[in-house]
Amino acid sequence: MSNKVLVTATINDEERSFVCEPRQSLLEVLRDVLHLTGAKEGCNNGNCGACAVIMNGVLVNSCLVLGVEANGAAITTIEGITPKEGLHPLQQKFLEDAALQCGICTPGFIVAAKALLDKNPNPTEQEVRYWLAGNLCRCTGYDKIVRAVLDAAATLRAEKQAA
Amino acid sequence: MQAFSYVSARTLSEAADILAREGDQAKCLSGGTDLIVFLREGRRSAKVVVDVKGIPELNQLGYSPKEGLTIGAAVPLHRIYNDAHVIEHYPGLIDAATLIGGIAIQGRATLGGNVCTASPAGDSIPILIAYETTCIVASRNVTKAIPLEKFFVGPGRTVLQPGELLVALKLPPPKPNSGAAYLRFIPRNEMDIAVTSAGAMVVLDEDKRRFVGARLALGAVAPTPLFVPEAGAALTGQPVSDEAIEAAARAAQAAARPITDMRGSAEQRKHLSYVMTKRALLRAIERARGG
Repeated sequence: MSNKVLVTATINDEERSFVCEPRQSLLEVLRDVLHLTGAKEGCNNGNCGACAVIMNGVLVNSCLVLGVEANGAAITTIEGITPKEGLHPLQQKFLEDAALQCGICTPGFIVAAKALLDKNPNPTEQEVRYWLAGNLCRCTGYDKIVRAVLDAAATLRAEKQAA
Repeated sequence: MQAFSYVSARTLSEAADILAREGDQAKCLSGGTDLIVFLREGRRSAKVVVDVKGIPELNQLGYSPKEGLTIGAAVPLHRIYNDAHVIEHYPGLIDAATLIGGIAIQGRATLGGNVCTASPAGDSIPILIAYETTCIVASRNVTKAIPLEKFFVGPGRTVLQPGELLVALKLPPPKPNSGAAYLRFIPRNEMDIAVTSAGAMVVLDEDKRRFVGARLALGAVAPTPLFVPEAGAALTGQPVSDEAIEAAARAAQAAARPITDMRGSAEQRKHLSYVMTKRALLRAIERARGG
């Protein structure tokens, strides 16, 4: 019953085909099959957000998606947010604002924040806090993370205006 | 996780055939935010997981002033709370859809799934009962309509038989001068399971001074989400007054039969049934009056 299935998906703008068992989560497929280890396994039950990815424009926890469900989907992981050279403004501001300690939750926070800023380039602090309520950090507390997201939003708006 | 095979069904009859063949060893997958966790933790077992998101009937989200609102069982919450018709006509549903999980959960989780998981604390259920929701259930040969308040038989258990699946939820069009609201009590600000919750819908007369009708349901105070017709009866025909609202809240408190668990004691939940009913009614009345 557990025959492997061929799945084709666009992952970080690149068409990828892979073979997986139906019981494998998208998170397991990303990490163990495609070796994209940016998404992290925290709770593995949808509480912590460390495995967040953007699927067809929608923020999801990849531990709560089956790999086979990705067939035909477009998926963006933290690897796809990182530019070829340098860092994304969110990554840069997380560093500058010291918005991380151990770093396990960081990819999930950055992917979630990216999904927010794609929809709303100028969020209020409350909107950032509400949006990130599904991401848990057990090191820093959240103030620096929220500040980093607001700072990155300002940078992105300035970049867009300059362009 | 246990091994299973996966089928992405394209039509209702394809899904119904698999469910008829495999019985309770076939499980429907919509958003997966409950099912994948249940399978991983061994709380449910499946030989076949039938992905129902590709079935048109389960993906519809439509409103008409005559027919009301139809929500396909596999429509994710983010589509529901971003829908202009839902925002305009069913604000009580927005209350519930925006507080289930965080944004990443709302990107996948569905009302159909919330109903079929049948948690006594399921956040969408009291307000859907208050809105007089009907469940459209299909099997290979039959389609039937079941009032939502009759859908639950126990914690995690519904009237669905092997071979049947929930296709859609149908909410009647809102009556003139009506309003609805859902509120829950949790010890945190967000992201928690209700200790007790209340969904209320009121219909007022033209002057908005008297109750023409009302429906109330409670969450997390019984083995199933609890419809409380006594609360509606206490309001119907009465002037909108502290006394009438007090009587309805006392009726809700009397109907609640909670247990003590890690989230709260039976005594606290009894008290909360009274408090949350009052607050949900006040908010519903405010909305009926245009607030």
